[in-house]
Amino acid sequence: MTLPGEGRQAKECCICTTPLTHQEAGTIGDIIVAHDLEKRFEDLIAVDSISFGVRKGEVFGFLGPNGAGKTTTMKMIQCISPKTGGTLEVFGMDVDTHQQEIKSRLGVVPQETNLDPDFSAYRNLLVYARYFGIPKREAERRAEELLSFMQLEEKRDVLIEKLSGGMKRRLIIARALINEPKLLILDEPTIGLDPQARHLIWERLRSLQAQGNTLVLTTHYLDEAERLCDRLVIMDHGKILVEGTPADLIREYAGNDVVEVERTEKVIARLDELGLNYDLAGDMLQVFTDRPNDVARDLLEVCRHEAAVTVRPATLEDVFLRLTGRSLRE
Amino acid sequence: MIRISSRVWSVWRRNWDAFLRTYRVNFIPPFVEPVLYLLALGFGLGTYIEAVDGIPYPVFIAPALVSISVMYSAFFECTYSSFVRMYYQKTFDAIIATPVSIDEVIAGEMLWGATRGMIYAALMLPVLLIFGVVAMPSSLLLIPFAYLAGLLFAGIAMCFTAITPSIDALNYPSFLFITPMFLFSGTFFPLDLLPQPIQYFALAALPLTHVVGVNRAITLAAFSPINLLNLAWIAVATVFFFILAIRLMRKRLIV
Repeated sequence: MTLPGEGRQAKECCICTTPLTHQEAGTIGDIIVAHDLEKRFEDLIAVDSISFGVRKGEVFGFLGPNGAGKTTTMKMIQCISPKTGGTLEVFGMDVDTHQQEIKSRLGVVPQETNLDPDFSAYRNLLVYARYFGIPKREAERRAEELLSFMQLEEKRDVLIEKLSGGMKRRLIIARALINEPKLLILDEPTIGLDPQARHLIWERLRSLQAQGNTLVLTTHYLDEAERLCDRLVIMDHGKILVEGTPADLIREYAGNDVVEVERTEKVIARLDELGLNYDLAGDMLQVFTDRPNDVARDLLEVCRHEAAVTVRPATLEDVFLRLTGRSLRE
Repeated sequence: MIRISSRVWSVWRRNWDAFLRTYRVNFIPPFVEPVLYLLALGFGLGTYIEAVDGIPYPVFIAPALVSISVMYSAFFECTYSSFVRMYYQKTFDAIIATPVSIDEVIAGEMLWGATRGMIYAALMLPVLLIFGVVAMPSSLLLIPFAYLAGLLFAGIAMCFTAITPSIDALNYPSFLFITPMFLFSGTFFPLDLLPQPIQYFALAALPLTHVVGVNRAITLAAFSPINLLNLAWIAVATVFFFILAIRLMRKRLIV
């Protein structure tokens, strides 16, 4: 039995691992424009000639396994790591020649928590404001405001070491906002946090976007990317594999739904017979399809209900794993 | 080309604020150290030493105590403390995400190290006055000169910090460079007691020799042309290590 429409979908899935030859380089007026951007270290190319554009007011995500080149790209945008090739403009200015101007308008949430352990939460914000040359009175006003925005008023005079992981991350976000930046760079903003803390941060990031800010973030949490990002790229080995909205990427590279079924001889034989493409995921098989119910019913019949079959919507995680593979990255 | 703007003071202020937060413990060494050394060496051991070149022994070592304190405070501030801020606390990373450049961070750290040396000299002065071992008003010059001497040791320290693979490796310059200087720079006995080659070595390669020379002239209110040579040596070395430290740190931190 052949299910109508299945063949085409299966074929589409085969192209997944080929990197895009065409990348959108961004257009004039974009907040970040990178063209053939490259970062070469002595023995490796961390970022291999990538092009992208980040539009004003959007949340733009960089996804990829460890070592894909995300953080290196962030550091080049922040003007703290010089590029070795290509062009990169932030706010229309060259990162090589306008470091001070760009950095004064950026907010940065680094991957590592580098709050100043010598000071309280409030003093951390004041000391940081001084690096931007913000006058004392104005800095005090903003610090109070930001502590309340990130729900940290009660921790105002507490030393950093006494804060929980979630509070530290919130304080780092507050610190990144002290210069009222128009562009926020967030390198894994919710790393290691509990669900409550993550939801609070997501909500705050969305309200920042609603105020007209542009956000660029990297994350390993694909649900986070799916929730927050208007557009994103998936990187691997220094290259951009795909770019698009989460919904488009899911539709294009994983289909609408996934049928998961136990990996048995019978199931494999049936899937081959139907000409359906499937991925191995441990002792399960994943079938990416637009006709999940038909496939599920068919498989259940074939295995006489001996194997478990589940149907779920495709997610960004499916796209990610299909594109970057399942092998571990160190 | 090293570019430094007034932003350098925001880095200096950060360290000043942190210093004030723990001022009680920071203010102990400059008060306690001269008392201990003067009692033990000056008036204890010193009773067996009638005079050095006609100078009472406590008066002879008083300027050395200031010089050593300036050296230690600036050197340790810009080695261990700066390394902790750079490597463990990631404070430098946090600061260079702002308009402050890496040059300004390193310069600010060194200016702060020098300041710390000056603070210690200023706190030691009243103690030395009480013991009656320094001349006034010339000894007021100890304070501004401590800033210059402090900047020299801060620069040397920052060069070591820039190339050290780990905090433990900073023990090498501490024990192989600072400790010998503490003993062989005309501090507790005159330089001319040493064999001639070692005297030349001390003058050429041990910065503390020149610092002690200037400080001794200040506390005795007895200046000589050789002090100009001391000052010139210090000025040239200070500029050299200040620039070298920034260059080495750029190499370490900009990747």
